[in-house]
Amino acid sequence: MSFFYRLLHLGVILVALVAASVASFAQNADEAFRRLAADSYSDTTRAVEILVASAHPNAGLMVEALGDGRLLAGPGGVVVKTAAGGLVDARTGQTLAAAPEGLKAVRLNNSVRRAVQAALGGLSLLNPDPGKRAAAAEAVFKSRDAGLLPIVETAIGKESDPRALAALRQAQAAILVAKPDAQPLDRLAAIDVLRERGDQEALATLRALSGEATPALRDAQAKAISAIEGRLRLWDIAQNLWYGLSLGSVLLLAAIGLAITFGVMGVINMAHGEMVMLGAYTTFVVQEAIRANAPWLFDWSLAIALPAAFIVSGAVGIAIERGVIRFLYGRPLETLLATWGISLILQQTVRTAFGPTNREVGAPAFMSGAFDLGGLAITYNRLWIIVFTALVFLALLAILKLTPMGLQMRAVTQNRRMASAMGIRTGRIDALTFGLGSGVAGLAGVALSQIDNVSPNLGQSYIIDSFMVVVFGGVGNLWGTLVGAMTLGVANKLLEPYAGAVLGKIALLVCIILFIQKRPRGLFALKGRAVEA
Amino acid sequence: MIARFFLQNMDRRGGIFLAIVLALALLVPLSNLLMPAGSAFHVPTSTMSLWGKYLCYALLAISLDLVWGYCGILSLGHGAFFALGGYAMGMYLMRQIGSRGVYGNPVLPDFMVFLNWQELPWYWYGFSSFPFAMLMVLAVPGLLAFIFGWFAFRSRVTGVYLSIITQALTYALLLAFFRNDMGFGGNNGLTDFKDILGFEVQAQGTRAALFSMTCVMLAAGFLIARGIVVSKLGKVVIAIRDAESRIRFLGYRVDRFKLFVFTVSACMAGIAGALYVPQVGIINPSEFAPANSIETVIWVAVGGRGTLVGAALGAVVVNWAKTVFTSGFMAPYWLFALGGLFVVVTLFLPKGILGTAEALWARRRRPASAPAAEPAPAE
Repeated sequence: MSFFYRLLHLGVILVALVAASVASFAQNADEAFRRLAADSYSDTTRAVEILVASAHPNAGLMVEALGDGRLLAGPGGVVVKTAAGGLVDARTGQTLAAAPEGLKAVRLNNSVRRAVQAALGGLSLLNPDPGKRAAAAEAVFKSRDAGLLPIVETAIGKESDPRALAALRQAQAAILVAKPDAQPLDRLAAIDVLRERGDQEALATLRALSGEATPALRDAQAKAISAIEGRLRLWDIAQNLWYGLSLGSVLLLAAIGLAITFGVMGVINMAHGEMVMLGAYTTFVVQEAIRANAPWLFDWSLAIALPAAFIVSGAVGIAIERGVIRFLYGRPLETLLATWGISLILQQTVRTAFGPTNREVGAPAFMSGAFDLGGLAITYNRLWIIVFTALVFLALLAILKLTPMGLQMRAVTQNRRMASAMGIRTGRIDALTFGLGSGVAGLAGVALSQIDNVSPNLGQSYIIDSFMVVVFGGVGNLWGTLVGAMTLGVANKLLEPYAGAVLGKIALLVCIILFIQKRPRGLFALKGRAVEA
Repeated sequence: MIARFFLQNMDRRGGIFLAIVLALALLVPLSNLLMPAGSAFHVPTSTMSLWGKYLCYALLAISLDLVWGYCGILSLGHGAFFALGGYAMGMYLMRQIGSRGVYGNPVLPDFMVFLNWQELPWYWYGFSSFPFAMLMVLAVPGLLAFIFGWFAFRSRVTGVYLSIITQALTYALLLAFFRNDMGFGGNNGLTDFKDILGFEVQAQGTRAALFSMTCVMLAAGFLIARGIVVSKLGKVVIAIRDAESRIRFLGYRVDRFKLFVFTVSACMAGIAGALYVPQVGIINPSEFAPANSIETVIWVAVGGRGTLVGAALGAVVVNWAKTVFTSGFMAPYWLFALGGLFVVVTLFLPKGILGTAEALWARRRRPASAPAAEPAPAE
């Protein structure tokens, strides 16, 4: 039984193939209508092909209806039953009150269904919407279905939209390259088209070059493949650079507050990571409040969370400075230990209050999704974080350069005792600096809540990287931090494809340890006369 | 002469410490092995192992106190040397398993069979021999400290910067040892030990011997550290802590003194790790975690920085408190206590328990006499 069925099946396909080869000559839709009424599978299949080739205005409607079993045919004509239940005359497109006598639904078998599928693909090539035509051409490009070649060529002849035309030509080229019996000259031209396209898909299509290939063809294929690979490698590097930029901006956000406090006060704040974490949890709390009370505000939740996180983290920072660090002045190593203790306490506090598991922070609409830029895939959340980092950086630069407080901060950084002698209240500057640095960490937390898990350990995972940035870039200079963060971010991502994520990171740590030997005060060290700090 | 090096100017504090440690070395194993289980003088094996662990930490704390308390080098990466020593011992213990592993491979440890490795990596050669393994326990941490210190001290990396890069060092090692293809068991580390020198690791007698050995090593570590500190070299080292530039201008090669102390300290930390592994029964990459190294610093700070005895005391007290706190209803609050300890000790007890207690003692005994002039350490 099964064998018999297969034999039948094979026969049907053979008939279909023979029919397809003649299809391009007959473009008369009347033929199709006649065959539909004949009520045989092979006639129906043939009718579908003729319909597509004829570019009859109702062809799409009919083929679609046929696929759903809504096409009625008989001696009285062909009628489409719309999905809503109405009746439409297939030839004229007029709505009918009642169907003519003797119509039956056109029956389907697998080969008819296959023809319908192919026809739908081919018909969208003739869709009035250029965007849909281009999309259909792209689908054909991927399937490389030789049966669609006549339709593609018809469509090329009619095409006026340049984008759709390019897509159609690429589809044609893909079919030609994959088709063993195409003209060698056509195939050579097709290889050139694919080479122009130059992406992963084109590469796969080129590799699928089949059949007896002339040496010239083989040569062109090899050249095209190497050209595409070269271009793809460049895009790959560009993509890694983009990832590196993204990582660098995250590092910059996390480290910049640390750099400010380290520069002004000479103390390393081990609780800095926890300030970032507090910022992230503030975002969570703000979003929860918005979800509960004002869901329409959700897209603004991040904008609301920013000042809130700045205030929360900044206030905690000032409290730490006034409560602990002030008493450890001049003992940087003890400060390091005390702030580590504070970081443990803050972590445990958050763990007790919010639980040890990750908290869900939602993304507003403008933060989700992605788009392609050439060969680059760019996600909106990364893009916005880079923009946000740039804004924070510029704002800090402005604060340091343009405000009286910034002037005093720079004075204290350069020479604390002299600044004090000039009447600057260094204690107040310390507290404000610490508040500012912590507040910026809070802002970083808002941004990181969008790309990382919001858990009590959030800060821990960034703290060592932040140290590296500060140590590498040097202190008391925002540009040093910028260069440090971007260098580390980009170097990390460029190393990753070769060494793997972990090994790349280890290599980077070793490099920094070695770098510190060369420049113990970082890339952009403050010049001074002090023998030792 | 050697005895003079170790015992010169032995003060009462050090004497009491040595006496206690050596007494523990003798009495605890005896009570564990000879007293009947119900007796009031019987020390249960689990308690003995627990205290053996504390004493390993005490040795680690002494090694850190040597560099931090006396040379002013705040190493946030001493856990790395401890773990490296532990790994060297762990590799010896792994090789002793032989064909008794789950997969029964006579040469390859289980995790290598699991990873489909065909032969032993070259760096595992020789670890079936106990003397070689013991040499590595000293050599690997020592060599790493020497190379690291050579670069760091020569280019005068000091203070916070040095602390940060030592932390980076242990962090890099943490990441490296987590990797499966490093050949050190990856995430799971080395465990399932069977024998040490032919004796079963889990056996009561072996545990007693290990405890005894830990006490002896702690005493030896203390004597060596003390010998260095009170020697002429030690005086230079202390002077470096208090005024590094001045010592350099006086013509001393500051970097060499620092390098010597740092390397000796790393070797001591390695020994502590090697004793720790057979008593705990496992070594895994989490020992490299930067948090562990920072915790070691707080032990020293709690006990009293720059006192050696205090460091050991701090390690035992903090870890004992940790055991008490983390088992029971207080468990969620341990991190509050630990964090608070960091803050309170740095703010209110800069000399630690021992330093403060001695200051109080001295004031009570000589209330009239003026306080001894003590040079304030300048950073």
